[in-house]
Amino acid sequence: MTVRMEKHVTNAKRMLFIPFITAGDPTDEATVALALMLQSLGADALELGIPYSDPLADGPVIQAASQRALRHGENLNQAMHLVKEMRTQGFDLPVIIFTYANVLLQFGIDRFFDEALGHEVDGLLVPDLPYEESKSLADQCLEHKISLISLVAPTTSDERLKRICDHAQGFIYCVSSLGVTGMRKTFHPDVYPFLERVKQAAQLPVAVGFGISSRDQVAELERYADGFIVGSAIVAEVGQRAEQLADSSMRAAAIQEIKATLDQNLLAERVNRKPLASNEHE
Amino acid sequence: MVRQAQAENKYRTDEKGRFADFGGQYVPETLMHAVLELEKGFKDAISDSSFLREYRRILHDYSGRPTPLSYCERLSKTLGGAQIYLKREDLNHTGAHKINNAVGQALLARRMGKKQIIAETGAGQHGVASATVAAYFGLPCKVFMGAVDVKRQALNVFRMKLLGAEVIPVHSGNGTLKDAVNEVLRYWAAHSDDTAYIDGSVVGPHPYPMIVRDFQRIIGDEAREQCLKQTGRLPDAAIACVGGGSNAIGLFTAFLDDSVSLYGAEAAGKGVATGEHAATLTKGTIGIIHGMKTYLLQDAYGQIKEPYSISAGLDYPGVGPEHAYLSESGRVDYKAITDDEAVAALLQLSELEGILPALESAHGLALAFKVAKTMRREQRVVVCLSGRGDKDVKTIMHVLANHERRGKRL
Repeated sequence: MTVRMEKHVTNAKRMLFIPFITAGDPTDEATVALALMLQSLGADALELGIPYSDPLADGPVIQAASQRALRHGENLNQAMHLVKEMRTQGFDLPVIIFTYANVLLQFGIDRFFDEALGHEVDGLLVPDLPYEESKSLADQCLEHKISLISLVAPTTSDERLKRICDHAQGFIYCVSSLGVTGMRKTFHPDVYPFLERVKQAAQLPVAVGFGISSRDQVAELERYADGFIVGSAIVAEVGQRAEQLADSSMRAAAIQEIKATLDQNLLAERVNRKPLASNEHE
Repeated sequence: MVRQAQAENKYRTDEKGRFADFGGQYVPETLMHAVLELEKGFKDAISDSSFLREYRRILHDYSGRPTPLSYCERLSKTLGGAQIYLKREDLNHTGAHKINNAVGQALLARRMGKKQIIAETGAGQHGVASATVAAYFGLPCKVFMGAVDVKRQALNVFRMKLLGAEVIPVHSGNGTLKDAVNEVLRYWAAHSDDTAYIDGSVVGPHPYPMIVRDFQRIIGDEAREQCLKQTGRLPDAAIACVGGGSNAIGLFTAFLDDSVSLYGAEAAGKGVATGEHAATLTKGTIGIIHGMKTYLLQDAYGQIKEPYSISAGLDYPGVGPEHAYLSESGRVDYKAITDDEAVAALLQLSELEGILPALESAHGLALAFKVAKTMRREQRVVVCLSGRGDKDVKTIMHVLANHERRGKRL
């Protein structure tokens, strides 16, 4: 694990806010500006999505972001350079590269670790690489101090949950609902016993993602989890302003609008963020 | 299926669904429960003789199995090489081999207590087979189909609706087969508690390549027995077309341990050098798509390329992982056949034998003609005639009209 990951995520003393954006959506410059904005909004880490033609785990909002980024040829190599660019502009949160397995495979696993080090990447999340397929990558991640983030879902059996949590790195990503990423108004009631199950099994912070788009949901989660991941709700705002974000003269204004919207919709209660929720609900 | 426990272990998937390094379960965690449940359900069913009896009974009573092995006397004489025999999957109910697998998986769905069937389809053949068995078993059925394909294949869309299925156009990605597969997997992840996904080919995450293989191997098992009975010995070669590759695996499985040469015909489209083809094993590279590691058509960054073939059923950017393995191990020889070669073979079979094959099957035929010509007259070739060509008549009319305009003969 990198020092950044340890400081901002694993040892964090507050409810984690982990935003997701797609690299190159709509342009590389916009991605760097969005990352800096999210840092100023109080994010604790950034998930940077690598666009892919066949994103099996993603709903329509992030699929559309992928298409926008692919239209100008965004790729993993370019995305890693973006992280470096963010760093030079003052971004010091951990960055988790979110990429489908095939993109990583074609890039080359060894090359990924070389570049990850040079570009100050902290984590890796491969949504279509379940525990059973990830052993060798997990070992390599440990060796290179990159955290391989594992997902667990409400349908994950106790036996697998234990195995996944025992080998987890960085934090545990709980999928709040079945199906794909995307905004949902409310959580299924089954999510709470599921989160309790994960908290029992996990030694690392437990963050919840898929479907989070309102501060009410965040407030609900605070009793059960250590953090929340927001993807589609941010990417949808980006998508609505894709033209302005691509235009350097209008970008700053668009970024401010997104910031205000996210602050209003998701984070207004942020000042009340409680310390890590562990044991609180017991 | 009776023979499956025998000496074929060399070519069997391992516990984790691997054919050497190919195959696997590259799916999101949200799908793991579904594939693990299916794996358990299938292993349980396939070792239950009453399940197998019911599967064979339905294929016999409802689909008309066994399908014949037809000797093509005039064709063989004209080609002047090995004698050609056709395994007549076109004579199945719904006109293609797809029904073998659809019956098996629907039966499995019922056994596992599922209340709904979902399926993907490209050209519509597997969609029609799934809609058919859904009607037979009285289960509701949703067929996911790329929006572009919905337009291109209006007749099959209508057939599925007649059979009571709901056709869901998929607008994501390019709106083609690969996107329909993504979408059906996304839907399945959210609904696997009461929904069975009927995968149409030997592709997708484990256990699908194994399940579809085991439900299609009836093709080769019958053909092997028929060939022994009709000719007194095994064929010298067996040949089939390969898109995802289910009819080919179905044929090959019975012959893997015999000294029978095996050939697979991929779609070369307008030529493998043109970029407009679906020749995954000839021109593809190793990668991951739809939950499996296999050969696929992709760019240097791992983005999936859209394949092309005149035959909609071969128009898939990946290929079954077992084929990737059989290709790499050298057991099966895969060759690419162009649109023009396939159409020429289709015309020749129609004229000489009175059998109109599907364009997919015509790729296998075209390769068989090439191979047979290099063989002696006392040798025998079995070709899987995977489907009938009625569905392709419009396409063939267009092709012939174009050729006539350009004053060219095929």
